[in-house]
Amino acid sequence: MTTPLLEVKNLKKYFPIQGGIFGKTVGNVRAVDDVSFTLNKGEALGLVGESGCGKSTTGRTILRLLEKTEGQVLFNGTDIHALKKAELRKLRPEMQLVFQDPYSSLNPRIKVGEAIGEALVDHAIMSKKDVRDYVKEILTLCGLAPYHIDRYPHEFSGGQRQRIGIARALALNPQFIVADEPVSALDVSIQAQIINLLSDLQEQKNLTYLFISHDLSVVEHLCNRVGVMYLGSLVELAPREELFSRPLHPYTQALMSAIPVPDPTRKSERIVLQGDIPSPANPPSGCKFHTRCPYAVEKCKSEVPQFKDVGSGHFVACHLVAN
Amino acid sequence: MSEAVVRSNAVEVKPPTKKPASPWRLALREMRKNKLAMAGFVVLILMFLFCFVGPLLSPYSINDAMNVRNGNKPPSAQHWLGTDKVGRDVLLRVMLAGRTSLLVGIVAMMVSVAIGSTLGAIAGYYRGWVDTIIMRLADIIMSIPSLPILIILGAALSELKMDPANRIYLVMFIIGFLSWPGLARLVRGQILMLREQEFMQAAEVLGLRDRRKIFRHLLPNTVPIIIVVATLSVANGILTESVLSFLGLGVVPPTPSWGNMISAANSMIEFQKRPWLWIPPGVCIFITVVAINVMGDGLRDALDPKSKR
Amino acid sequence: MANNLIEFRNLRTNFYTSSGVVKAVNDVSFSIREGETLCVVGESGCGKSVTAMSLMRLVSPPGKTEGGQILYKGQDLLTLKERDMRHIRGNEIAMIFQEPMTSLNPVLTIGDQITEPLLIHKGMTRKDAKKRAIELIELVGIPRAAKIFDSYPHELSGGMRQRIMIAIALSCDPKLLIADEPTTALDVTIQAQILDLMRNIKSEFNTAIMMITHDLGVVAEMADHVVVMYAGKVIEEAPVRELFANPKHPYTQGLMRAKPILNQRQDRLYTIPGQVPNPVELGNNCYFNDRCEHCMSVCVDKQPVLTTYENKHKAACWLYEKGGEVS
Repeated sequence: MTTPLLEVKNLKKYFPIQGGIFGKTVGNVRAVDDVSFTLNKGEALGLVGESGCGKSTTGRTILRLLEKTEGQVLFNGTDIHALKKAELRKLRPEMQLVFQDPYSSLNPRIKVGEAIGEALVDHAIMSKKDVRDYVKEILTLCGLAPYHIDRYPHEFSGGQRQRIGIARALALNPQFIVADEPVSALDVSIQAQIINLLSDLQEQKNLTYLFISHDLSVVEHLCNRVGVMYLGSLVELAPREELFSRPLHPYTQALMSAIPVPDPTRKSERIVLQGDIPSPANPPSGCKFHTRCPYAVEKCKSEVPQFKDVGSGHFVACHLVAN
Repeated sequence: MSEAVVRSNAVEVKPPTKKPASPWRLALREMRKNKLAMAGFVVLILMFLFCFVGPLLSPYSINDAMNVRNGNKPPSAQHWLGTDKVGRDVLLRVMLAGRTSLLVGIVAMMVSVAIGSTLGAIAGYYRGWVDTIIMRLADIIMSIPSLPILIILGAALSELKMDPANRIYLVMFIIGFLSWPGLARLVRGQILMLREQEFMQAAEVLGLRDRRKIFRHLLPNTVPIIIVVATLSVANGILTESVLSFLGLGVVPPTPSWGNMISAANSMIEFQKRPWLWIPPGVCIFITVVAINVMGDGLRDALDPKSKR
Repeated sequence: MANNLIEFRNLRTNFYTSSGVVKAVNDVSFSIREGETLCVVGESGCGKSVTAMSLMRLVSPPGKTEGGQILYKGQDLLTLKERDMRHIRGNEIAMIFQEPMTSLNPVLTIGDQITEPLLIHKGMTRKDAKKRAIELIELVGIPRAAKIFDSYPHELSGGMRQRIMIAIALSCDPKLLIADEPTTALDVTIQAQILDLMRNIKSEFNTAIMMITHDLGVVAEMADHVVVMYAGKVIEEAPVRELFANPKHPYTQGLMRAKPILNQRQDRLYTIPGQVPNPVELGNNCYFNDRCEHCMSVCVDKQPVLTTYENKHKAACWLYEKGGEVS
């Protein structure tokens, strides 16, 4: 077997909670709590979960926008968190990020052309002279017009700005792109355009995606493997068809049934979860989901379930799932 | 590149109708709507013309021989603002003094902006010990009472018998150096806020160099604040210079400045009997400072996105 | 069928911006019946929120409601004195917002904020108000109501805060509850809880709900009647089953096809090309014409009017114009 493009091993990211007059660390928010997965070249892995489940933090820690607490992130076999600052900078063009908010992720005082092309010049990949034509090419590829190159971000709509963000990430010709909720700030009709763009680009450039979203239906459309996160941990990870036809974890099932279906004739027998998501600063013992799980038994309160393979690449962390 | 992608995702390609509106241009448009600020701006322009073009139109020159017999004449047709005690034309001296005062204000501002924005940006970007050192330095400078320092420095300069022409430049730099900490604090605060913005994370992911991140991405976003503070600090520089020169410690005669011209009012006779000696420079200081402050307020409103609807 | 509770008649609300006049609500007419849930669907900027704000008379400058009528129990709200309007607001018509984080005052306790309308509008004593407030907190499904009464907003999660907003809105038994994207900021599992709660309220108190949303899934689940808006105009209106079974306007059809649906994966999503037109440059035509795949020459020249077809289905589209009047 070939080495995977990305290998995340027991990644943990804790944010210290400071309290008292002297700012002593009184506890930790376990935003990412022991997450492991691998990602092969050309794959698109979806990471799904509700707010505060640590999916965005996972994405950012993988790119080392945040320093890890424990664990390893291997990119083509190189541990990203062991690199020096200058080495990391050299590796940056290989791994890019597309942001959720198309407004705050573009610098309002930098023209679109410069935003897309500056990194190429800064990394001395291209000369200032050639970059302009290249940027025009990338703009066209992302569904914008070449004359947009000299405009400022505020002249664009949300969907167009998201295209600019994608063009910026794409310009460096990366192998791996983390897309952090790239469509959730957009209107439905624009969402579809961006999803199609992302899937076309993946096909053409053989890109590898880590696609972070709270929307299972978007993830189903774009990803060939899907992981479900709850309170900092992966609870289920499986190939797309497998996960959507046979969700095993009670949380995955609840998440799926909670999505409103645009069909008034279908009265869904919905699993409405009780209560709120517990605080990641003080997660429940045992299985973290047991406080809201409709099927929880005694064992779930005390014992942490193993994240185990139940066949055909389907991983799940639940005591109630027998292999 | 596949045609299909282009077609299915294309945004309608219509040629650009108007010139791209940069954030600066938008601010300028906003500024034009503010009548008071524009009035301040016009007054300032007139003041500059008065000081820099005016002397060229005057029949008198700085090199005219002194003529005590012609001294202390009240305003007349030949001398619109009268003459001083050695017979020099006051109008000409007010204009020339304006050159000095405006120049001092502007150069002091530039010194202050250069030091303040750079150090503020570096402190805000790197945080940690770099920040601590720079900000403590700023605290120290801010906590020194500036007037005594300037007075001592002025006295020392007088002792050193410095050439008056060079002395002006030193005054500019000292005023500028003592006023950067305020700006540095403001810029640092802005940078601390801006560096958490998503576009800075984007810059990090792109692997841009620190220099580029600070000077191309962060600082331009603080320029609105810098402009406002800089404008107001020109006024401040002019005032400080006046105070110093009035006390005889800033710009010293024969070079005229508004400040050392007012010092004529020091003597009771001049104050009571010869108001044409000190009223014109006083009025100039007043008009200039008010105009700059009004314009500064207008700039703040135009450049601050929060004050917009 | 129940009586009309609210009737919008040719409502016009304009915004005077530096780049021109934006007709945010452009000649909008529809009505909400007693005890009915009406959903207003559309994308951002289509005027759905402004319609609701016009109803509450909360449009602030540069916006101005400049035409039409809003009839509530036969009375035009737009001509009411501000004092009388204040009585209607909160008392007869209540509103909840999208952002549960910012719509509660952070320095007042939950109890203060729930009892406030009871003290003002209902003239209750403090003791009665507190009792009622605790009942309301329990009603919206929050356990340990007495404890929550004394806590501050920052101690509650987003879902809890939205429940508190609903409790405040319900405090004076309003006839109409306006919910502006009430679940958009919430997670799906919490959204399911809130939608459940709103359904229960509707059936228990017979409160009419005007729900503003962009999510067709939420519409299908909640609505009795649906209004679809585009660029400030109502382009389609129908009972919910009729609308989903038989969407008429190409925009509505496009919206339905563009949304990825769970377990119905297609290779490629349908997309509506282009984007929403610039609101200051609208001409006298169908505003959707440049994005429409059925665009005809008449669509570019003339504006279609909202016409009633079979099954209480209304649409503003030239495609159906022939024979539309007949049936």
